[in-house]
Amino acid sequence: MGNGEGQLHPSAVVASPAASVEQAVNFLSFLGARLGKAVVVVLGVVVINFFLIRMAPGDPATVMAGEAGAGDAAFVSQLREQFGLDKPVMTQLGIYLKGVAQLDLGYSYRNHLPVLDLILDRLPATFLLMSGAFLFSIVLGVLLGVIAARTRYENRRRWIDSAVMSGALLLYATPLFWLSLMAIILFSVVLGWLPAFGMETIGAGYTGLARVKDVALHMILPTVSLGCFFMAVYVRLTRASMLEVMGMDYVKTARAKGVPAGRVIRVHVLRNALLPVITFAGIQLGQMAGGAVLTETVFSWPGIGRLMFDALLQRDYQLLLGIFFVTSALVVFFNLVTDVIYRFIDPRIAAGGKGATA
Amino acid sequence: MNRFTMRLTKRVLSMALAATGLSLLPLALPAGNAMAQTKGGTLSGIVQPEPPILVSAMNSQAPTQYVAGKIYQGLLTYSPDLKPQPELAKSWTISPDGLTYTFELQKGVKWHDGKPFTSADVVFSIDKMLRDVHVRTRAVINKYMASIRAVNDSTVEIKLKEPFPPFISMFETGTMPMMPKHIYDGTDYRNNPANQKPVGTGPFMFKEWKKGAYIKLAKNPNYWKAGKPYLDELVFYVIPDSASRAVAFEKGDVQVLRGGDVDNVDVKRLRALPNVEYTTKGWEMFSPMASMLLNERKPPFDNVKVRQAVMHVLNRKMIVNNIFFGMGKPAVSPFSSTTLFFDKNMPEYDFNLKKARELVKASGVDVGKYPVKILSTSYGANWDRLDEYVKQMLEQLGFKVSIESADAGTWSARVSNWEFDLTTTYTYQYGDPALGVERLYVTRNIVKGTPFANVQGYSNPKADELWAKAGSTMDTAERQKLYSELQKILVTDVANANLFEVEFPTLYRKHVKNLVTSAIGLNESFDNVSIEKN
Repeated sequence: MGNGEGQLHPSAVVASPAASVEQAVNFLSFLGARLGKAVVVVLGVVVINFFLIRMAPGDPATVMAGEAGAGDAAFVSQLREQFGLDKPVMTQLGIYLKGVAQLDLGYSYRNHLPVLDLILDRLPATFLLMSGAFLFSIVLGVLLGVIAARTRYENRRRWIDSAVMSGALLLYATPLFWLSLMAIILFSVVLGWLPAFGMETIGAGYTGLARVKDVALHMILPTVSLGCFFMAVYVRLTRASMLEVMGMDYVKTARAKGVPAGRVIRVHVLRNALLPVITFAGIQLGQMAGGAVLTETVFSWPGIGRLMFDALLQRDYQLLLGIFFVTSALVVFFNLVTDVIYRFIDPRIAAGGKGATA
Repeated sequence: MNRFTMRLTKRVLSMALAATGLSLLPLALPAGNAMAQTKGGTLSGIVQPEPPILVSAMNSQAPTQYVAGKIYQGLLTYSPDLKPQPELAKSWTISPDGLTYTFELQKGVKWHDGKPFTSADVVFSIDKMLRDVHVRTRAVINKYMASIRAVNDSTVEIKLKEPFPPFISMFETGTMPMMPKHIYDGTDYRNNPANQKPVGTGPFMFKEWKKGAYIKLAKNPNYWKAGKPYLDELVFYVIPDSASRAVAFEKGDVQVLRGGDVDNVDVKRLRALPNVEYTTKGWEMFSPMASMLLNERKPPFDNVKVRQAVMHVLNRKMIVNNIFFGMGKPAVSPFSSTTLFFDKNMPEYDFNLKKARELVKASGVDVGKYPVKILSTSYGANWDRLDEYVKQMLEQLGFKVSIESADAGTWSARVSNWEFDLTTTYTYQYGDPALGVERLYVTRNIVKGTPFANVQGYSNPKADELWAKAGSTMDTAERQKLYSELQKILVTDVANANLFEVEFPTLYRKHVKNLVTSAIGLNESFDNVSIEKN
């Protein structure tokens, strides 16, 4: 975030042409090292989760017997045998890791489907909600943050700053599920403008543009509800970071040499102020990749969060491990992307750290 | 799922019962108004929680049964007073010795893939597939069935090892769904690809299942009942949040709410909407009984006087009216009042603190010495309140009580292994006491591994003898006598602290006709359901 040694303008670092070859090599070795670490992290996640899950009382067989309202001991042990739960735990772990190495995430006996199919089936909905909420929150958040910082710094129309910040604080503090429910009551029950649940109208048989419009309408409420919290964070982060950078000497220099105010904000201030925002964006993406259980629940959005939640309650070990595997891989991936973006936005990181940024 | 209570004054309740009674009158004459029924339309309901699979032979969860009931059929169905009615079997006979059951099948029945349904399918279903995969049914088949054979293409004969009169109550679609032999025979049932695209004989065929969103069934154009079904399509939405489910009903996106779909507070509000009907019928086959299981293996609950004191210290009327918002009635016997052979003349446990204290004193047990942990179920807020109330009341008797909560898996594992002091839950009774009640009380069912056996550890040789006798007596009057005596023993011993008969409300839009007509209620095939256009 704050970059320690003297706030240079980023362009000052891009030096001689010979350095660009060195930079490319630098970048590749950085990427290689990070990918290596990523594999270790994901493997660790899988192994730890494997044992963690088994610490919860009950197993898939007991849950199924419980739901059935009956079940004799022979039936339960027959299920266990079929699920492979009768083998020693270490053997089970070995079998599982071997499967994962071949991208075989196993079979969910509860759902009678391969785990990978179940997850892939839910990923598009998750990505749709995730990208919608992400774009909504970061675009609006940064925009409002910039406006707030600017009105504050220039000491004109200070009320805009106050309004934006109070709004952000309110959204930051409001529980997500409550906001969602209120949105449903207002926009779909009272006003009747937007659908209350699901990802598209069932049985309407829309195709092409009509379907896109239908899905877009269904997306509005969940996207906004999910994005509000993150938007509030972006507003606060952007504003604070902008105000910090606006006090820097090079900004004063830029203004003194007559750069238009808008350009100062865009080029000189915002670019430097964005680093904390990008850090948080990486965290947000990682978090949302794990599914937004609450939003998905309230809006009946068929994403991965609910799949995970149900799998947890049902002790569907294979499915749960599969989801952990996929989502942890996504988190690691987003972190990697964040680090790469850092290097583009602020070349000092690549020059100084030589791939050591973590 | 089981948040099904609502606040209701008694007056409203009785008015509602009168109203639904009136509205259901025409259903007593189905043939008469069949001509007038409208064809076409889509009926939407909710499937909650989303089932893992739609094959009722392999999954007994309520939502599975609800959807699968439209796809798969049983040989029989049951009227609200639990009398068998024809379904895939058009007639049946039971030999006087109670050992031979002969079923004559309907003619011209076809599976959804066009293959004919014959006696070979029945034999395969009962003898092979259900015996392997159906958790409840396999126990009875393994214990009682001697043989099953196809006499000819449309006749099936089942022989039992010993008389077992409740057998005739076991042929509804959830207990003995008929499965296609040509698809399942010789395969690994649980991994058969057909589990994803179920093929049955019912009025609706599997069309589409978007996991996490909806399940769609389409009309079976070759259904064996001419002119039926009336509806074109059934859609079951997956809406995981109860408040959102209420909104969906309110907006008209769904027309039917099953008991437990929405919270108690919402039931009252939704019921008051114009054009909404309400009924608690259609649960006679299941008659859920809410009970408190007391671990009778160790103090303090190994003492019968302590258990009786527990019954006296609970105000069960208050539990029903205030905690469960009127959705139920205090239990009189371990048998629900809609279960066969129920006897209402039982020793009564009135709400009486003084008597409870005297009983504790007389027991000689220092109840404060044995801390009691209430293992809380994950059924929802009402059940949490019930546990809190039980804690408070038991503390008044000097018990030291704490509550620990558990999710479904934990609860199931703990109760199955008898690792609990006290827990509240409910169980289905399946019409005949020998099917749904006996399993909770007989000594031979004190087995680990399932939460719905005799987990409390009640054992009384006299009761065991009566269960055995009543279960194999063909004469109905004689059975009634045996069961009456048995109920008295179970009530006196407080074999389980039975609290109340749970009622599940069904809410639906008025233009939906013939929705609840039998003892299995919404699990029916819906071949007679229609939506009136207006």
